[in-house]
Amino acid sequence: MTDKTILNDHKMTARNVSVWYGAVQAIGDVSIDIDQDKVTAFIGPSGCGKSTFLRTLNRMNDTIASARVEGDIRLDGEDVYAREMDVVQLRARVGMVFQKPNPFPKSIYENVAYGPRIHGLASSKADMDRIVERSLARAGLWGEVKDRLSDSGTALSGGQQQRLCIARAIAVDPEVILMDEPCSALDPIATAKIEELIHELKGRYAIVVVTHNMQQAARVSQRTAFFHLGQLVEYGQTSDIFTNPREERTRDYITGRYG
Amino acid sequence: MPTSALLFLVAGLGLIAWLSGRVRAIAFRKAPGQRFSSLPRHHGSFAAMWTVLPPLLFLAVWGACAPGLATNGVLKTPAAAQLPPPGFERAAILSEARAIANDHHRTPLNPLATRLAPAYAVEQSRYGWIGGATALLLGIAGGAFAFLRIRPGFNARTRIERIVMASLLAASLIAILTTIGIVASLLFESARFFGTVPITDFLFGRHWSPQVIDPRNPGASLGAVPLFWGTFFIGAVIAMLVAIPFGLMSAIYLTQYASPRLRAWMKPTLEILAGVPTVVYGYFAALVVGPALRQLGVAIGIPGATSESALAAGLVMGVMIIPFVSSMADDAIAAVPSAMRDGSLAMGATPSETISRVLLPAALPGVVGGVLLAISRAIGETMIVVMAASGAATISLNPFNSATTVTKQIVDLLTGEASFDSPKTLAAFALGMTLFVITLLLNIIALTVVKRYREAYE
Repeated sequence: MTDKTILNDHKMTARNVSVWYGAVQAIGDVSIDIDQDKVTAFIGPSGCGKSTFLRTLNRMNDTIASARVEGDIRLDGEDVYAREMDVVQLRARVGMVFQKPNPFPKSIYENVAYGPRIHGLASSKADMDRIVERSLARAGLWGEVKDRLSDSGTALSGGQQQRLCIARAIAVDPEVILMDEPCSALDPIATAKIEELIHELKGRYAIVVVTHNMQQAARVSQRTAFFHLGQLVEYGQTSDIFTNPREERTRDYITGRYG
Repeated sequence: MPTSALLFLVAGLGLIAWLSGRVRAIAFRKAPGQRFSSLPRHHGSFAAMWTVLPPLLFLAVWGACAPGLATNGVLKTPAAAQLPPPGFERAAILSEARAIANDHHRTPLNPLATRLAPAYAVEQSRYGWIGGATALLLGIAGGAFAFLRIRPGFNARTRIERIVMASLLAASLIAILTTIGIVASLLFESARFFGTVPITDFLFGRHWSPQVIDPRNPGASLGAVPLFWGTFFIGAVIAMLVAIPFGLMSAIYLTQYASPRLRAWMKPTLEILAGVPTVVYGYFAALVVGPALRQLGVAIGIPGATSESALAAGLVMGVMIIPFVSSMADDAIAAVPSAMRDGSLAMGATPSETISRVLLPAALPGVVGGVLLAISRAIGETMIVVMAASGAATISLNPFNSATTVTKQIVDLLTGEASFDSPKTLAAFALGMTLFVITLLLNIIALTVVKRYREAYE
């Protein structure tokens, strides 16, 4: 399953990962590598387990009482599910952007400053100002909001809110950014901006994007994983997956037979 | 005719109407190949309602008018000429005459009442018969009207629906009308009070001693500020110092930390606490908490520590309000979208950071609204303060001191032998009015805050 040609510089590795919700198995036996400085797309029909798998990478499934994770997930070789792993630190290193923009009901400034503040990343007010400006600038939002940083984050448009959430995630200087269908609640123009942003960010972070939009996966990612019915069907270079898939199920999906 | 017999007759008529309406409907359903909008029982119910409701409505109105008509009739008899002029005595004699007319074995107090009694009996039976006959006629007429309308195409089903809706409307109006009536009577009595006592004396006076009222200047000893202070101190300060932190913390624990199984029994347990009669809390405050606090106060050398302290009443009241605050805060926190919580946790915030920095600020308007409602309940609470607080109206910041509240004073003012139109008794209505206005304002503010906040997330 794992393509031998992309076995270098793995930021995260997952081996034989299964997730159960109560007695129901959501994903089974997924093994995958997430590469540094690359964008990895998870595609597949609704309910295929791609979002569930994404949430195992920063242990967000811990917040669901009935969820149970088996298998081995490592970040830079460290076991993410080890007893001594600090979830707080893990989530600071592996940031997340959600499907629906979820800015806090605070000012734009406070939204971005939230993470640095709880992790004590800024030594002074000026330092914090720098972090906020840099994060907003990287998220491509600085020019639009620099004059109204004290306005509520929830007053922005949907696309701006999502970029604010990305700014919020990168403010704590993560190593990996997980994006769970970040554009599915946005209009095409806002979507284009987010995709552009993903392009710009890929040099700094390992990015994983869950999407049900195959064109989007083709546009933004270098690696693509196709999930179906809780299984990882195929994983490889995005160009290979879309032009020359090895599995028939992948071919059927990307040509629109089902999904 | 006795009322019970009349009601039986009406019910019987209703049953007949139901049966005959049904029979008529069944009869025309025999024709094949036709669709009917209503079942026979709908037709039956329709006829029964038309038979029963008009006489009942009439009897309700008649019951209110007939005594007045009967009294008018009695007043026209020659014996009534000896009655004293309108006033308390005249009303007493008339009411005694009425009592004798209804119950012949009663020993009369006033000879005039005995002489008026036969006339009363005559008048009452006359109006009773008129009323009864009219009611029955109305019932028969209504039933006949409904019976004649029953035809294959007649939509009895929707008519019944309308009658049901009208009765539900009437039921809800009764509660509203009663409230309006209560407020009106409060207003009326308060107006009488403020006729003798200047409103400024009452609202801003700092001396409260209703037991000793100077008739020339009643306002001097009816200054309610000590009561307002006591109410505020016990209900809005001491009780809230207990209820807000504990209520909030239990809500946070229940919504954020408790496992579903724990929550499943802890939440109902907390709600049972809200169902304990306040008089039980009153015992607890008066017999356990009060004396214990007095000992504590004496032990740490607080002057004037009493077992009827503001602290005792306030603490127990606070405990009583905890479930209320907890359940309001629970709703407010649960209404914050879980995306907020996930967003914060995904940033690496711990659960307690998430609660204090994201969830509570987001839920704050709802929590504030809940606290305002809780205050409005606390200051209206009567039983605990009646049992645990003293009657001494002092303005003191010392919680071990005695304090009294508006509700406690209302009870004291109305349980006594003072005549009903003395400034002392009327002061109770003025206090009630003030309390009503304050709690009403608090409730309006609280509900507006809560509502605006809900809209923000929907």
